Amino acid sequence: MSETLHAVSVEVNGRPRSARVPARLSLVDWLREDLFLTGTHVGCEHGICGACSVMLDGQPVRACLMYVVQAHGHRVTTVEGLAKPDGSMSVLQDSFCETHGLQCGYCTPGMLIATQALLNSNPDPTEAQIRDAIGGNLCRCTGYQQIVEAVQLAAERMAKEAK
Amino acid sequence: MRAMTSFRYIGAKRRAKEHPRFVSGRGRFVADIALPGMKHVALVASPHASARIVSIKIEKALAAPGVLYVLTGEEFCANTDSLAIGVDAPKVTRFALAKDVVRYAGEWVAAVVADSRALAEDAAERIEVEYEPLPHVIDPEAALKADAPLVHPAHGSNLLYHRTFVWGPVEEAFANAEHKIAFRAVWGRSATVPIETFGVAAQWDAGTGILDIWASIQMPKFPDQVARALRFPGNAVRVHHDVDVGGSYGVKRGLKHAVLVGYLTKTLGVPVRFIEDRLENLRGGDMQGPDRFFDMQLAFDTDGAIRAMKIRAVDDVGAYAGRSPFQLGKPVTAICGPYAIGAIEYEPTSVMTNKTPQEAVRGFGQSPTNFAIERAIDRVARHLGMDSIEVRKRNFIRKDQFPYTIPSGSTYDSGDYHAVLDKTLAAIDYGSLVRARDEVRRSGRLAGIGIASCLEPSGGNSAFEVLMNPKNENTTWMDSCLVRVDLSGAITGVINNSSAGQGHESLVSTVLGEILERDPETIRVVRADSLTALPSNSPVGSRMAIMLGGAAAGAAKTIKETLTAIAAHNFECSPEDLEYHDGSVNVKGASSKKFSWDQLVEIAHRKFHKLPPGLEPGLQAKFVWEVPTGGALPTPEGRIQIYPCYAFEAHVVLVEIDPDTGKPMIRRYVCGHDCGVMINPDIVHGMTYGGIAHGIGAALYEKFAYTEDGQLASGTFMDYLIPSAMEVPALAIVDHCTPSPLTTFGQKGSGEAGYLGAPAAIANAVNDALDPLGASIDALPISHLAIWSAIGARKGAAST
Ligand code: FES
Ligand code: FES
Repeated sequence: MSETLHAVSVEVNGRPRSARVPARLSLVDWLREDLFLTGTHVGCEHGICGACSVMLDGQPVRACLMYVVQAHGHRVTTVEGLAKPDGSMSVLQDSFCETHGLQCGYCTPGMLIATQALLNSNPDPTEAQIRDAIGGNLCRCTGYQQIVEAVQLAAERMAKEAK
Repeated sequence: MRAMTSFRYIGAKRRAKEHPRFVSGRGRFVADIALPGMKHVALVASPHASARIVSIKIEKALAAPGVLYVLTGEEFCANTDSLAIGVDAPKVTRFALAKDVVRYAGEWVAAVVADSRALAEDAAERIEVEYEPLPHVIDPEAALKADAPLVHPAHGSNLLYHRTFVWGPVEEAFANAEHKIAFRAVWGRSATVPIETFGVAAQWDAGTGILDIWASIQMPKFPDQVARALRFPGNAVRVHHDVDVGGSYGVKRGLKHAVLVGYLTKTLGVPVRFIEDRLENLRGGDMQGPDRFFDMQLAFDTDGAIRAMKIRAVDDVGAYAGRSPFQLGKPVTAICGPYAIGAIEYEPTSVMTNKTPQEAVRGFGQSPTNFAIERAIDRVARHLGMDSIEVRKRNFIRKDQFPYTIPSGSTYDSGDYHAVLDKTLAAIDYGSLVRARDEVRRSGRLAGIGIASCLEPSGGNSAFEVLMNPKNENTTWMDSCLVRVDLSGAITGVINNSSAGQGHESLVSTVLGEILERDPETIRVVRADSLTALPSNSPVGSRMAIMLGGAAAGAAKTIKETLTAIAAHNFECSPEDLEYHDGSVNVKGASSKKFSWDQLVEIAHRKFHKLPPGLEPGLQAKFVWEVPTGGALPTPEGRIQIYPCYAFEAHVVLVEIDPDTGKPMIRRYVCGHDCGVMINPDIVHGMTYGGIAHGIGAALYEKFAYTEDGQLASGTFMDYLIPSAMEVPALAIVDHCTPSPLTTFGQKGSGEAGYLGAPAAIANAVNDALDPLGASIDALPISHLAIWSAIGARKGAAST
């Protein structure tokens, strides 16, 4: 018994990728196991923890709840795609380092995706809006405090840079 | 060692060395380890809490696509040995796969190895296991009854450990005290539940005879124990510590997982990886936490002075022993909390039931005990009509009483509990907090203030082993560090553990930089594998700032002495005539007469003719450190020093409750914290925030709930509720510093901070909120439903 394969084309971190995949292959397994983009993590595989978050056409989605075939024709951004074009850390990534917005680093890629998506649409979020944006991303290490601080710092720094 | 007073790098803001790799998606977690030709494991788990395995049919699974092997308990148990049993209960053997009987729902019965995890799961569904259900027991008190079904019939009872310790004139104090109270406090079964499940990859190399293991572990003596269970010599197992661990906080022990995967790779000759899915983790991963009730009795006087305390603690460890009974042992070392209580009776009881086995959880049993003690303090205050702050202050050990030996024989190193509590109350503006609470109450809602003042015994010793198992004489729990300076003059620290977010690379580089007066940014920290490592005991029991920090400092001091000796030899003077400054060594009073760092390093590596006689060429030093105050056996009465250092935390919290739904909302949260000298304040604060969040979970949300027929009812994140950013409020920490006299820089441990007092503080706040109704809840987690029911019952009572 071999599974039927489906042709997909997905733009991943700005690079077109094509593959033939079984219908049941989840987006996160494809990213991790076939494209070796292991920055995206798996914490629950049932849509609660947010560790698997990636952006689909700029919106955060759970890559564990999505099949690769559903991503056909779309743009996917993973944590590996958040850096500046020269490969250095983005303002948000750097801000997480500055405020100690992570400990074990396991939830961090998902947190970065969720908060980058927030800052893209709302460059000056309130604390409540930040908490709301990460409300679907569980972190067991930080108590969220220094993550909230990281996003506030990033917003401040981006506002300064824009001036 | 004496506390130093001023530091160059210690205590300063410093970014963690580990962060860049994580924010860029370049962490290396166990699920990222892909070995050529690697196969994957899925498991078949028992659907019964207790049953006899009648038969296992594996043919259909073996015929499924991509399947390489199916392993059952029959083969596995014949070829491996039981995992270690901590207490003296030799018949309570434990293997990764069940043989003949299953003892809890979720216990692993068979393992399928296939080309991918998906194919392994497909095949696992085709395995047919026939069971004959047997009687089971879920309730620990029922399990202690004479007619209870036995979890391990060969052991003869469900009791794993029981002892009554009496330290001081307890009965006399109870007879003479003006007041007594008794109540039961219940700590629900929860755990740390990291976002990364447990995983292990292993590869057997028949050419070298070495089993390589990559695992997301936080487990002392892990390589030894895996080797022993596999019947290998210790030097046939190589555990790689350069795996990033996605959170642990105690639970990532994973011995059974590693022995299973080690056996599979050895048998099959291909690399094998097993990564738990969330259900496997929650149900069969054997990582649930303490499940305990306390029968508390206190004897005290009208002025609030507590004379004596009796604690009966019954802890349900689930179906197997492991190290979990020891979680009743650690609290011996802080059994009266921060209070000067002269007489204590402690009766720990460890009992087995047909539930998932318990594993070590942040605080190793201390947080439940702190919760019971702090509920008792509030109940004493309520009984006397006194302010609970006054009761605490009345009983606190005073600053001038340290070092202070408590009735169980442990000596507290240092502290200033009054100052920390006062600072915390000032920071939250206690007067206005009370007004805010009363205002909410006037508006018809419920509100309460909760206070907890608790200890964090730190420095991770394992002397509870010798206390609870007379056949065990393990009195050392060393840690170590190797420091190398290469020919280019660059410094590398070698450590011997994996880390799960505690920032050990940052810790060691800061300490080495401090002693050697070199910039920590330039210092690299790497992890040895278990065959190249120095003796170590993994980051448990809030020990790394103390033990790894102390070991790194010890090794760096040796490097410094070596450099000074080289300079002295070449100046033909005594080392006392020289001074060390920024890595160079000069003659005292003549700063130009000096050897630079580069010159000294070159002599050490290349110019043997310039080395003092007897000095080894090259430049490296190791330091293996025994836990300060460690090394002794307990007295016959069970008096013992377990941990060297005692950090203190005071929590003050305001909780508001919606009376219509029972929903609690934390409005204010301030934690005063004294863990001595902080090496990296951001890291200490981060762990404390995380500990508080975890404590909020234990207090209000998280529970491994079991149905009457023994099924885990919270096997997903939709039922096992980890607090999100919506449940965890903005948190504030107030620092205080009472240096420890026992450690290199005056540091104490802090890895369990926050979690040790948060559940107690929140429980006290909810009870303060319920107090006007005359209701109280002493069982965690305090669910919305429990609060709503308590309110409803009181309202109902009032209207009839
Ligand atoms: S792994 Fe996708 S939400 Fe948890
Ligand atoms: S940093 Fe460890 S889970 Fe968030």
